[in-house]
Amino acid sequence: MKTQNNRGWFFVLPVLLLVAFNALIPIMTVVNYSVQETFGNNVFFWQGLDWFQQLLNSDRFHAALGRQFLFTGLILVIEIPLGIIIALSMPRQGVWVPVCLVLMALPMLIPWNVVGAMWNIFTLPDIGLLGYLMNHTLGINYDMTQNPLAAWVTIITMDVWHWTSLVVLLSYAGLVSIPDAYYQAAKIDGASNWSVFRYIQLPKMKTVLTIAILLRFMDSFNIYTEPFVLTGGGPGNSTTLLSIDLVKIALGQFDLGPAAAMSLIYFAITLLVSWLFYTLMTKDDAK
Amino acid sequence: MTLELRSITKRVGAALHIKETSLVLEPGQFNVLLGETGAGKTSLIKLMAGLDPLASGEIFLDGKDVTRLNTQKRNISLVHQFFVNYPHMTVFDNIASPLRVAGMAKSEIQGRVEDAADILQLRPMLHRRPHELSGGQQQRTALARAIAKESRAVFLDEPLANLDYKLREELREQLPELFAGRGAVVVYATSEPEEALLLGGKTALMEDGKVVQFGPTAEIYRAPVDLASAAVFSDPPINSARIVKKGTTAQLAVGPAWQLTGGAAALTDGEYIVAIRPNHVLPKRQKEQAVELPGTVLVTELSGSESSAHFAMGDENWVSLAHGVHPYQIGGKHAFYMDPAHCFYFAPDGTRVA
Amino acid sequence: MAKITLSNLRHSYYPNPQGPDDYALKEIDLDWEDGGAYALLGPSGCGKSTLLNIISGLLIPSEGRILFDDRDVTKLEPTQRNIAQVFQFPVIYDTMSVFDNLAFPLRNRGAAEADVTRRVHEIAEMLELTDMLKTRAAGLSPDNKQKISMGRGLVRDDVNVVMFDEPLTVIDPHLKWKLRSKLKELHQKVRATMIYVTHDQTEALTFADQVVVMQDGEIVQIGTPVDLFERPAHTFVGHFIGSPGMNLLPCEINGQSASFQGQPITLEGAITKGEGRCEIGIRPEFVALSDKGLAAKVLKVSDVGRHSVVEAMVGETSIKAIVEGETPGQGADVHLAFDPARTRLYRDGWIATEAKQ
Repeated sequence: MKTQNNRGWFFVLPVLLLVAFNALIPIMTVVNYSVQETFGNNVFFWQGLDWFQQLLNSDRFHAALGRQFLFTGLILVIEIPLGIIIALSMPRQGVWVPVCLVLMALPMLIPWNVVGAMWNIFTLPDIGLLGYLMNHTLGINYDMTQNPLAAWVTIITMDVWHWTSLVVLLSYAGLVSIPDAYYQAAKIDGASNWSVFRYIQLPKMKTVLTIAILLRFMDSFNIYTEPFVLTGGGPGNSTTLLSIDLVKIALGQFDLGPAAAMSLIYFAITLLVSWLFYTLMTKDDAK
Repeated sequence: MTLELRSITKRVGAALHIKETSLVLEPGQFNVLLGETGAGKTSLIKLMAGLDPLASGEIFLDGKDVTRLNTQKRNISLVHQFFVNYPHMTVFDNIASPLRVAGMAKSEIQGRVEDAADILQLRPMLHRRPHELSGGQQQRTALARAIAKESRAVFLDEPLANLDYKLREELREQLPELFAGRGAVVVYATSEPEEALLLGGKTALMEDGKVVQFGPTAEIYRAPVDLASAAVFSDPPINSARIVKKGTTAQLAVGPAWQLTGGAAALTDGEYIVAIRPNHVLPKRQKEQAVELPGTVLVTELSGSESSAHFAMGDENWVSLAHGVHPYQIGGKHAFYMDPAHCFYFAPDGTRVA
Repeated sequence: MAKITLSNLRHSYYPNPQGPDDYALKEIDLDWEDGGAYALLGPSGCGKSTLLNIISGLLIPSEGRILFDDRDVTKLEPTQRNIAQVFQFPVIYDTMSVFDNLAFPLRNRGAAEADVTRRVHEIAEMLELTDMLKTRAAGLSPDNKQKISMGRGLVRDDVNVVMFDEPLTVIDPHLKWKLRSKLKELHQKVRATMIYVTHDQTEALTFADQVVVMQDGEIVQIGTPVDLFERPAHTFVGHFIGSPGMNLLPCEINGQSASFQGQPITLEGAITKGEGRCEIGIRPEFVALSDKGLAAKVLKVSDVGRHSVVEAMVGETSIKAIVEGETPGQGADVHLAFDPARTRLYRDGWIATEAKQ
C-alpha cells in the first residue's frame, strides 16, 4: 500500500546533490562544448548546431555506429541464450551450488583492462597460447593485428567470456525463485521439458532477463577499455567502436566540440534504445 | 492507560482509506477489530502504531498526544499474521531483543524473558532458533516478545490466521488470560466473527475503512445498527430478504408470511428487509411460533459438531446452521423453521428499524 | 478413475531409519474405492502430505506398494500415473489465457482440438469461469486462480485420482465456503476419485464421504463424518474434530462399571477386555446442565453468540458443556448430566466400549 510521507524527500536530497555533481554538471559542460569551437586558452566561438550536423552526415561516424550496433547485437544474441542454457543446467540444490556460483562469478571479478591485456597476450600468434595453437598446431591463419575477422572473433569471444556470467547469475536467481509446486504441477499436467521452459521458467525469468538484457546492452554499447587494450581499434578501423572513435577525436585530435556533440548523440542513442527495450519487454505487464 | 483516537483519517492519493474514526480503547479486555479482508483493519492498526502517518486527527496514549511520536518511542508491540522473528537469533534472544534495545539490566532481562517463556510454554525451546520451531511455537515466540516488553499497547493483527485449526483454538483460549492484568491496551484484528465472540471484550465492527459500530462484543452481536454490521458479524452469511409489511403481517416476496410483534409491528406499512442469522433457521420445528420455510437443499457442510445447509426458496438462497449431523438430501425438498423472535428488520437503505 | 490400494506403506526421510520415530509414515494399509470423495485430516507434521506425495508419485516410499486398480505404480513417474493434483498455492501458467491454462493438460496429451474446446467449456461452466476464458490468467484474484488450478485437475476425464493439497489456504475466509461447496458439487458431477488433504475439520467433513484421520504418521480412524463426530475411535479424533473437542475424564474401572471421582458414570455399552489407563470421553454437545448429576463449579462462560460454552470444574478436571439459552454465572454451583448413549470409555486412547446395537 502506498502512503504519503513528505519526509521521504529529505532523505533523497543528498543523493540528488550527488547526482547533480556527478551527472548533471558534467553533462551541462558537454552541452556547452558541443555548441562551441575552442582552440584552447579558454577562447570559445559559438558554433550552434554545426557539429551535430557535420557528425550526422559523416561517414566515419556512421561506420563507427554501425560497428557498435553489430558488436552489441552479436554479444546479446550469443550471451542471453547461452546464459539461460548454463543457468538451466546448473544444479538447484546440493553441495555444487556454491562451487558453480563462485566459478561463474570469477570472470566478472577481473578488472577490464586486465581482461583486455590477458586476451591480447593469449592470442599473440608467436607466444600466446591460443594464437600459437591456431597458427602453428592447427595451421589456421589467425592474427588479430592483421586480420579484421580474427579481431572481431576475438573481441566477441572475450566479451562472451567476461560477461555471460552476469546473464547466468541473474537467470539462475530467477529460476531458483520458482516454487516446486510449479514443476510438480507441470509434471502432472504432462508438460514436456520444452513446455516447462516456455510456460513456466521463461515467464518467471522475464523480470530478471529484462534487467540482464538492459545491463548487457548498456555495458556493451559503451564498452571501451577491453577492445581498446586488445586491438586499439584495429586492424585499420575494423574494430573502432563508437567509444574508441570518440576518444580518438577528443583526446587524439583534441576536437572538443565535435567530440562533445558525438557524446551527446551517443548518450541519446543509448537512452533511446534502453527505453525501447524496457517498454517492449514490460508491455504485457501493464495489461 | 487508554488509547484514544480522535477523528483520525488516512489518505492514499485522493482516496480516503480510513474514514474519520474516533475510538477510546481501554485495557483489561480485548478490543477486537472485526471486518472482512480489505475493511481497513490492518490500516487502522498501522495508524495506531504510528507506522503510517495520519491525514488528520490525533492519537492520545495514556492522556498524552503521541500523534507525532515515532513508533520506536511509543512503547508498543505488534504481532503479525506471519511469524516475524529474527532468524539468526535463539528464542531467548528474540524475546529479549526489545529489552536489550531499551538498555535493561542483564539480570532483569533474564527474569522477564523466563517469565514470558513460562506463560507461553516456551521454556524448553529457549535455545532453539525459529526455523527449528513449529508455526505455533514461532507465533508464541512473537507473542512472548510482546509480553516481555510490557508495552503500553499491544496490536495483534490476525495472529492466528496462519496456524492449524486446533492450534488456533488452543492459543485463542489462552490469549485473554495472557494479557489479563498487564494494564496494556490490547487490539486484536480478525476476520472471523466466532473469534471475536470467543475473545469477548469489546468489538469494533469495520467496514469499508470505517468503524460502523463499537461496544461490548455480545451486545453488538445481538443488536446490529444496520444490515452491514449484522452481515459482518455472521458466518455463515446472514440471511436477508425483502418483505412487505401490512398491518401486523410480514410477507416474504417468495415464501410465507408471519405475524409481527413489538417494535416491528409498530412500523409504518411498506417495504422492509428482514435478516436472521443461520443458527435461528433450523431443520426442525423447535418453537410453536416458528415460521416454516419450504426449501430445496443446494449444498450442505459439516463443521465437526454443526451442520449447515444452503437452500433455495424461490430465487433466494438461505442458510441454516444446526447442532449435530443432519441427513439432508441434496436437491431434495426440506422444510426449515425460523423463529421470528430472532429476526432483525431494516429499512430498504439498510438502517435497523426493529 | 481407479480404485487405489496402499499396502504396507512405510516412509522415512532418513536413509537408514532406526526406530519407529524415524518414520514419517508408520504403517499404512488402505483401500480407496473408485469414485469416492476422501479426506486426509490431521495436524501439520502428521504425515498427510507425505502420503499425498507418495500417491502422486513425487515421492517413492521406503517400503510397501501402491496399486491403481491392482496395477503396481509404486515406482512410476507422476506423468505415467495419470493423476491430477491441486496445490496449496495456485499454479497458473502466467502467459496463457484461462482457456489455454485449462486446455494445457489435454493438449500435452495430444487431444483433438474439438475435444479440447468441448471439455474446457464444460469444466469452465461448472467452475463459473466461462466469462473469463479469454482473459490472461496472471491478473486474476487468488480464488479464481485456484479455480483454474482445480479446473486443470478436472479437465481430463481419464484421470485415476484428483488430489487436493490444502487448496483453500490462500482463499479469503468469506469466499472459502463457496469454493468448499463448489468442490463437493463438482465431485457429485464428475464422480472421479478425489483425495482432499487438510488440517481443517470443516473442509474435510464437508467434502468427504470418508475421512481418514492421521496423527504422527499413523491412521487413527477412517469413517464417515458422522462416525467421527458421534463415536470417535480414538481420543485424538475426539479432540481434533469438534470445537471445543471432546471432554476426557480420568476414571476408575471396576468390572463393568466406571466411576469418575467416586461417582458412577453410565457408559454406552459393555467395556471391552484389556489393561491400561482409562478415560471417559463425552462431547460438550452431550453434556447438559440439570438438577442431578455431577456437582461442579462454573469456571468460565464464553458466549459464542449462537450458544455458550460453559466450563465447569469437578475437582481438578474441567468439563465443557454447550448450552443454549440461559447460562449460570461464574462461580455458580451446577450439576452436569451426560447423555449415556454418547458416553464412551477410552483405554490408552483407543475406544473400549461396545456400541449399542
